[in-house]
Amino acid sequence: MNMKRFDSLLPIVGVVGLLAIWSVATAAQWVDPVLLPSPIATFKALWSGMHGVLGFDFVKTVYRTIMSTLIAAVIAIPLGIVLGSSERLYRSLEFVIDFFRSTPASAMFPLFLVLFGVGDETKISVAAFGAILVILFNVAYGVMNARKTRLLAAKVMGASRMRVLFDVMLLESLPQTFVGLRNGVSLALVIIVVAEMFIGSQDGLGHSVFEAQQLFDMPRMYAAIFAAGALGYALNLLFLTVERRFVHWSGK
Amino acid sequence: MSAQHALRVESAGVPSTPPVGGVGKRPHVTVRALSKTFGKTVIYDNFDLDIPRGELISVFGPNGCGKSTLINMIAGLIPVDKGQILFDGMLLSEIKFGYVFQNYREALFPWMRAFDNIAYPLKLMKVPPAERRARTEALVARLGIKLDLNLFPYQMSGGQQQLVSIMRSLVVEPEILFLDEPFSALDYEMTLFMREQLQRLFMDTGMTMVLVSHDLEEAVYLADRVLLLSRHPARVADFTPVTAARPRTTVTLSEPDFVSTKAHCLDVFQREVRRA
Repeated sequence: MNMKRFDSLLPIVGVVGLLAIWSVATAAQWVDPVLLPSPIATFKALWSGMHGVLGFDFVKTVYRTIMSTLIAAVIAIPLGIVLGSSERLYRSLEFVIDFFRSTPASAMFPLFLVLFGVGDETKISVAAFGAILVILFNVAYGVMNARKTRLLAAKVMGASRMRVLFDVMLLESLPQTFVGLRNGVSLALVIIVVAEMFIGSQDGLGHSVFEAQQLFDMPRMYAAIFAAGALGYALNLLFLTVERRFVHWSGK
Repeated sequence: MSAQHALRVESAGVPSTPPVGGVGKRPHVTVRALSKTFGKTVIYDNFDLDIPRGELISVFGPNGCGKSTLINMIAGLIPVDKGQILFDGMLLSEIKFGYVFQNYREALFPWMRAFDNIAYPLKLMKVPPAERRARTEALVARLGIKLDLNLFPYQMSGGQQQLVSIMRSLVVEPEILFLDEPFSALDYEMTLFMREQLQRLFMDTGMTMVLVSHDLEEAVYLADRVLLLSRHPARVADFTPVTAARPRTTVTLSEPDFVSTKAHCLDVFQREVRRA
């Protein structure tokens, strides 16, 4: 028997197992069917929802998450390079960065509500705020940890400071920058979904989950949760794919 | 101004370099009154050295005596505290030189293909792309090294990466080449192969080369002259000429002259180690 041939199917085992236990649990009524609908009911709700309101909410959440990550990247990457290329500058700001990086972004909601009012700006800016610090921290460390030999090699070949920065440091920091971007987009999604639940939102996946719960429409609630999960997974996969394509030397 | 300096130095007359073989040959590199301290450790104190033109010099000495520090100061990787280093009376910034690092993995750029790595110094010199390509291709052809230069460094073996690294240092057609323990991260088989490559390169170009080695046999085998340093503060313990004809082969290793030269170097080395 050649078991190796089936190794690529291994990731499916967990999915099938989970669906099997879920089906049995609902069929045998181990759990109140009102609290846990059957997989079929859930996926029906997901299918029809994605062609209707849930699909609209999904797109809204994607837009907000991407916007906040984009804004964060545009601000944090250049800033991170500047901070990282001067270790003394970074050390002077390290405490401030670490402090706000450790502050739950959700604690900033009221402040941002005051600043930007109830609307997309608030959600996007809070999420961007959280993502900025994560990306900034990673980019700065990527630049600071550039291999000394590589910088020396460029210098000994006659590269100017600017050349070293653009030809070596920037590329050296790319693997770490992508770590920051992946963490940043995950955090942005978390913040966006929470913001959609609680700060006067009319749409988005967070709103969808919250509304379904209020209406006690459990299949729809589970469907929205799955949609959020799929979105998080897809965003991570997207960044990983881009990283493998553009930072092919990472970890080698 | 540098000529004046050279004159002044000549008249000061500090011949710490034993006059062996140097007679009649104008030195390529002159090091005068070089001083360097790391923290409280004096590595060099008023150190003088003449490196003859067109010779391969091996630098050998006790651990931590400052072998690498010496070539790093000559190649401008680390600043000197005091002293003067001239190349035919010129400053480092006025000449073309190559430097090969021990750690090829970190010295090459993993985001560039081997070919672009080799051509990179030309890019820094603002050579137009077409000429860059032509000059790099010419170098590869001249060296006769068979390598797939479309690979990225991390797709190559250690020896191949170090070859790429050496080619990168040669592409600017340097007058002098510095090599800091270039083979010490390679396995023995590859080290032997690379020694032959380096010897061939030296014979083909006649370029001045300064090689730091921690392997006495390698140091003697490759060198025209072995620079033996003392413990720090480093002095020239001996500047031993190696007269064996080139190309040297494994047969050379067991010839009486070679064996006695190596034994002499080992004697000097052990005397310097015990002196502490």
